[in-house]
Amino acid sequence: MSVTIDKATDADEASPEAAGHAGGRRRLGRPATTPTAPDERRGLLRYPFLLIVVVLSAFPVYWTFMIPSRTNDVVGQTPPPILPGGHFFENARRVFDTVEFEKALVNSLLVAGSITLCTLFFCSLAGFAFAKLRFRGRGALLAIVIATMMVPVQLGIIPLYIEMQKFGWANHLIAVIAPTAVTAFGVVFMRQYTEQAIPDELLEAGRMDGCSTFGLYWHVVLPGLRPAMAVLGLLTFMQAWNDFMWPLIVLSPQNPTVQVALSTLAAGYYRDNTLVLGGTALGTLPVLLIFAVFGRQIISGIMEGAVKG
Amino acid sequence: MTTTAPPAPRPDAAPTRPTRRPNAARAAVRRVTGVTAPYGFVAPFFMMFLVFGLFPMAYTFWVSLTDRDLLRPDDAKMVGLRNYIDLLHDEFFWNAVKNTFELMLLCSVPQLAFALILAHVLNARLRGRTLFRMGVLLPNITSIVAVTIVFSQLFSRDFGLFNWVFSLVGVDKIDWQAGEWSSKIAISMMVVWRWTGYNALIYLAAMQAIPKEQFEAAAIDGAGTWRQLWHVTLPALRPTIAFTALVSLIGQIQLFTEPLLFDISPGSVSGGTDRQFQTLALFLYEEGFRLRHFGYGSAVAWLMFLMTVILAAFAYVVTRSSARIGGARIARTRRLGRGGGSRVTRPAPRPTATDGDSRPGGAR
Repeated sequence: MSVTIDKATDADEASPEAAGHAGGRRRLGRPATTPTAPDERRGLLRYPFLLIVVVLSAFPVYWTFMIPSRTNDVVGQTPPPILPGGHFFENARRVFDTVEFEKALVNSLLVAGSITLCTLFFCSLAGFAFAKLRFRGRGALLAIVIATMMVPVQLGIIPLYIEMQKFGWANHLIAVIAPTAVTAFGVVFMRQYTEQAIPDELLEAGRMDGCSTFGLYWHVVLPGLRPAMAVLGLLTFMQAWNDFMWPLIVLSPQNPTVQVALSTLAAGYYRDNTLVLGGTALGTLPVLLIFAVFGRQIISGIMEGAVKG
Repeated sequence: MTTTAPPAPRPDAAPTRPTRRPNAARAAVRRVTGVTAPYGFVAPFFMMFLVFGLFPMAYTFWVSLTDRDLLRPDDAKMVGLRNYIDLLHDEFFWNAVKNTFELMLLCSVPQLAFALILAHVLNARLRGRTLFRMGVLLPNITSIVAVTIVFSQLFSRDFGLFNWVFSLVGVDKIDWQAGEWSSKIAISMMVVWRWTGYNALIYLAAMQAIPKEQFEAAAIDGAGTWRQLWHVTLPALRPTIAFTALVSLIGQIQLFTEPLLFDISPGSVSGGTDRQFQTLALFLYEEGFRLRHFGYGSAVAWLMFLMTVILAAFAYVVTRSSARIGGARIARTRRLGRGGGSRVTRPAPRPTATDGDSRPGGAR
């Protein structure tokens, strides 16, 4: 076992594994007491362990798609079926016949799309200001932004609902879009990225060319923020797509988002498993597709969001 | 200072014209827009937060002092602290408090413990690293509604997979929804399933920021990988752990979707026939939006807010003290290489201030 090679191949990870192997040195010193065998065994056990975790993670998702591919009498048998059948599209059609699912899909797309666009625009603008512009009170304002992340604004739902009624927005999609159109997380995330990714020299050059402050944002900063925009956009979209409590309160069952339609389905037809899970599968499919394509970016977004700030 | 905000972005457009102006005039325009533009840029966030965040929060307190309901929203009668006094004598309220705290422990402790172990295993040379990470995160991208629906099916008394597996080892059918503890275990499994992988990635990110030398030193001293986890990783991760714990606990105070949809009787918001899994958020929903007691519901919301503040203050104290012991150095290295004069060099209380909020857990 070669310690040096282990470390060299492991350049991008600060890994205790490398150090664990370095424990090989210890074997030379004190052979009898604690041999390195546990470490090596863990190396072998790691893959089965992770495989089990991944299977456990994926299984309910698989179940969501497997059940609606069967019929209700098969699903009700005592050893439940494990493999998929051929009735998925039939059950999917029943979903559309039972609740306003088309409308729900369009609504969710509108809501999640608008929230994503608003978040990207306003958060990158504010993030740029906090990262690169000097103005009085910047530190204090930024501290306020960070502090707001700790305020559980969800608890204000009753007055928020009264407010929406006053605006005449109750039961309109705008009532779902507006409250989450700019998020503190987005501002902090964008500020962090702007600070690192946009060199001051570039901004100076833009100034020399006669850019206004907004012009700087539009022509210089925005193009440089594309990777961060992608990550924030994905996270925002998925979160907006999955949001439930507030849409449930402020929208009617006749004008639902996907999650609200699913809850209607689940409450009214809870014995009809292929129908309910068919709807669930359809409602999950968009985020699953996004995750399959952009999983790497989403993971890096979450992990970077964790270290920074 | 924010009062200058609204007109800011507009006058900006002027100096973009390529025509040459006298330098002094240009500089003057620049000085004005340069001063006001930043406020205009950050204004949308503050306006939105004021209108849809802060104002409703504060207004909640005022509503909680009135007797008003959904049907006559303008006809509010001041009743002082009546709602709070009633609430403290409401056995359903105390039941919801008890359920919420029991679920909080059942959800948070296993979730964070599993996440830590998982992160430790993931933090190694691995083939197919991205695939494993995606697999681990998969539960978190599904909606809570979907998770609850699927798990309710898996937990169903007659056709559920869990009961079938249990029957193989000779355990009788469990009516998961009916039991005081079985229902809570089922709900906590949904939460743990959805959030473990997410927290594992957060821990993984923090672990990768620990200087490698610390592990090497520990290894030379004869510590195996699990003792390294205990003696090197855990102390360094303490701020992160405190923060994820806080986020998780706050999320659990607002636990709503799972108990709402786990209920088997259609349209019920009482959290089971005996309210055995009604949480505070569900109680708030029942009082505020089903029974339409706006004032009473607001009082519930305000007490939930107080609990959150107490928890946050507690976590802050823990984080602070531990940051002084172990995390300070790491926090400092993370801060390196970032300019910005006005960025205050605060002593490390929140090295991970942003993590949990990438998912504030919308619905909870």
